[in-house]
Amino acid sequence: MEFQAVVMAAGGGSRMTDLTSSIPKPLLPVGNRPLLWYPLNLLERAGFEEVIVITRKEIQKVLNLDTKMKLDFVCISDNMDMGTADSLRHIHQKIKTDVLVLSCDLITDVDLYKVVDLFRTHDATLSMLMKKTHEPTEGVPGQKGKKKPVEQRDFIGVDDTGKRLLFMANEADLDEELVIKRSILQKHPRMHVRTGLMDAHLYCLKKYVVDFLVENRTITSLRSELIPHLVRKQFSSPTSLQQGQDNKEEDQKKKDQASLDIYSFIKEDNSLLKPAPDNSCWNDRRGDMNETLHEGKVRCYVHIMKEGLCFRVNTLGLYIEANRQVPKLLLNLGLEEPLVHLSAQVTDRGMVGSDSIVGSSTQVGEKTSIKHSIIGNMCTIKDKVKITNCIIMNSVTIEEGCCLQGSVICHNAVIEKGAEIKDCLIGSDQRLETKAKHVNEVIVGTEQLMEI
Amino acid sequence: MAERAAPGGAGPEAAAPVPAGAQVPELSREEKLQLRKEKKQQKKKKKSEKGPGAEPPEPGTPSEPGQPQAVHPTSLPALADGPGGTEKPAGGKSKAELRAERRAKQEAERAQKQAKKAEQSQAATPAKPRLTPTEPQSVVKRLPEHVQVDDPAAQKKLAKKLERQQVPLRQDYGTKVNLFSHLHQYSRKKPLTQQMSIPSTVIHPAVVRLGLQYSQGIINGSNARCIALLEVFKQLIRDYSTPPNDELSRDLVAKLKPHISFLNQCRPLSASMGNAIKFLKKEISCLPDTLREEEAKEKLQDTIDKYLREKILLAAEAISKSAFEKINNNDVILVYGCSSLVNRTLCDAHVEKGRAFRVIVVDSRPRLEGRDTLRRLVRKGIHCTYVMINAISYVLPEVTKVLLGAHALLANGSVMSRVGTSQIALVSKAYNVPVLVCCETYKFCERVQTDSFVSNELDDPDDLIVLRKGQAQLSGWAENKSLRLLNLVYDVTPPDLVDMVITDLGMIPCTSVPVVLRVKNVDQ
Repeated sequence: MEFQAVVMAAGGGSRMTDLTSSIPKPLLPVGNRPLLWYPLNLLERAGFEEVIVITRKEIQKVLNLDTKMKLDFVCISDNMDMGTADSLRHIHQKIKTDVLVLSCDLITDVDLYKVVDLFRTHDATLSMLMKKTHEPTEGVPGQKGKKKPVEQRDFIGVDDTGKRLLFMANEADLDEELVIKRSILQKHPRMHVRTGLMDAHLYCLKKYVVDFLVENRTITSLRSELIPHLVRKQFSSPTSLQQGQDNKEEDQKKKDQASLDIYSFIKEDNSLLKPAPDNSCWNDRRGDMNETLHEGKVRCYVHIMKEGLCFRVNTLGLYIEANRQVPKLLLNLGLEEPLVHLSAQVTDRGMVGSDSIVGSSTQVGEKTSIKHSIIGNMCTIKDKVKITNCIIMNSVTIEEGCCLQGSVICHNAVIEKGAEIKDCLIGSDQRLETKAKHVNEVIVGTEQLMEI
Repeated sequence: MAERAAPGGAGPEAAAPVPAGAQVPELSREEKLQLRKEKKQQKKKKKSEKGPGAEPPEPGTPSEPGQPQAVHPTSLPALADGPGGTEKPAGGKSKAELRAERRAKQEAERAQKQAKKAEQSQAATPAKPRLTPTEPQSVVKRLPEHVQVDDPAAQKKLAKKLERQQVPLRQDYGTKVNLFSHLHQYSRKKPLTQQMSIPSTVIHPAVVRLGLQYSQGIINGSNARCIALLEVFKQLIRDYSTPPNDELSRDLVAKLKPHISFLNQCRPLSASMGNAIKFLKKEISCLPDTLREEEAKEKLQDTIDKYLREKILLAAEAISKSAFEKINNNDVILVYGCSSLVNRTLCDAHVEKGRAFRVIVVDSRPRLEGRDTLRRLVRKGIHCTYVMINAISYVLPEVTKVLLGAHALLANGSVMSRVGTSQIALVSKAYNVPVLVCCETYKFCERVQTDSFVSNELDDPDDLIVLRKGQAQLSGWAENKSLRLLNLVYDVTPPDLVDMVITDLGMIPCTSVPVVLRVKNVDQ
């Protein structure tokens, strides 16, 4: 078998607690499907038949996805604070081949073969996907003022072909300067450093990386620790044991250290490629005169998407953006479901916009206009309601005469008559009184507020 | 003119009694054979006419099996009379008249052939000529699929075969130059894996990786490709398990076929790879049935190792040693492109034996493989000069010998090598510089080619697009209806331009290649 797919669905969604405090992140509806459906659909389209899903117990109970793949759910309990690398370590016995790790919040229509081909062709240790970010243009509910959240920038260095990953550092880890090792520049004299790239958290990893993780318990997160470590290791030589055999104790310590070095995990069956590259005349760099083809044993490659959709739904703004883009994606995938579900009872079809999605068993009253919005399942929307640019989740009741704009309304909320809501986030099970006027507010239950 | 009339008379006579039905093919073959023999006799007669000797023609003697007795004996006495009749005025015939006679005879035969074709109902023969069997047991040579791209019937057959083996069919890319429209042209940006599922289940992952490395050009060069192929086959054999109720010797060959088709789709197989595959298939089918599966697999892996070691690695050593004798002190050696054998020879000569010579590396676009040769040689400390192929006439006056590598050696002694090699050989000949070709015997191929058109490889035409200052002039070539880009990979050097071939069997002239092939076949 060539690959095993692992989807990480145990994360908490720490950057959008307003939403995720009531609904776990993998179950957040995007285009009326749970968020987890999208990476699974990507894998299914690529041809995977089995997927390992790492999730929490309560999510698995509620989840029902219509997919032909065999899903192997691995539950980790909530109180264990596990990072992504910890989760991978937890299932390491199931992993027998190279692994493709996805995060549950990835929505993309990338051709997976492009990422995987880099991995195969160059016999790479790591192959990942990135896309140029664009800032969400619309306002985010609950955001006071035009202040953009300052995210720590990532500096990504790629070589001339744009495929080989030479350098990766986060602004948080750097003091004031970007330090680049001379050995990198000697081998690859031309390096392009980019900052506007978003990591899609889609990694192809070799099996020995998982073995390395098992031994090395200090690494907890894939994204912030393992990947930069691998990128750095490309150009550093393996710690050699021959550095002087004076002291037995020192030797032992060095041995311990060396065993944590990833080079010791790389099996020597790469003798397959040994004589061939010596005779081949392909060169992956122009910088120096050393043996070219894949001299180092650790190689990291990246596929940077130029066009197409690629989102990670981990903030509220991105969640809204994703909902907006998803109808296009679903159309491209050729999914046959009509945008307005067959069981929905919509009195005035004409008032429902062409890119709005209405879920099943939803009742929409007369003279209700729905534009650019997504309405969930089993909602009740009475007459004379104006809904523009909203995301309404399941089982929401909206009484007559309401006017909703640019808002997110979570499950089971009730909005009484005549309310005017603009750019708000209404949490689950909330009840708004009649003729309420809210602009740019976040209304959630008290038990969901964070404790400081 | 009795002679002219005779074949003319024989023609319609031969055509008339051809019966329709099942006997038509045999008859026509016999007819063709007979006509050919007659032609030969005519030529012989003409030569003897110029001299005084008037030997009676021998058309009566060649064997005439079976039916068309009625036709031929009538024509034969006509022929017999003809030359006898014209023997006397032999001296009187001028060259112009002889030429006219020959032309007339050719036209008459052409008319015969057309008449026969009109009578024949079968039109299913392909447009390319088929070598007709001389005896019932001889082999009918079929054209390989990869030179019949513009023949829809052949392509349909190929598509069916690939579908059966569950290997995706790779689409051709871009408009091809008319002369080469019978060859495949693929784009590197559209790999075969686009149409396959990830993870690949039908094709072994190691083979998928190899196919990708071939099509992206990561492993190129005849030896490198063959070595990589053999290593991957070893892994395939390791991971193979015989299904119950089946023989390893039969099933393994069947299992290898889809993988070979896949690799062929990624990049057309080289001659060295083809020979290695033939060898492997023969080894597998010759496995004794008494062996257990584990032992059989071990044995196969050992034979592959042995082949690799003997035919490739040791051969390279032997060639390096032989070629060393030809390298003298203060030599100026010209090399072209990147050949693993030539590089090894030069490096060994310099490093181990300490000969003092300098090298001129000639390079050409779009592959620019010479840069890699340059890198390898300079690392070892050899004094190198680097020029492009358009400068060879400037550097050749100072060159003492030319050392070339080969992709394959064909049965008529031609050398098939990277495009540009024949030019180097040609110009070197003009400057009287000896041309030596290094080639292992496992690359000797039974094909015969006199030109570079019939069987070649077309590489991705987008490789020719050059980016200068951020602008690529040719980037819109596909939209321009009258522009075609051609990126040839191989060309054929005729044997008279090559002075010597250095093989692991020794140094042989080009014309001895068929002898080597014959000896190899006898051995096996």
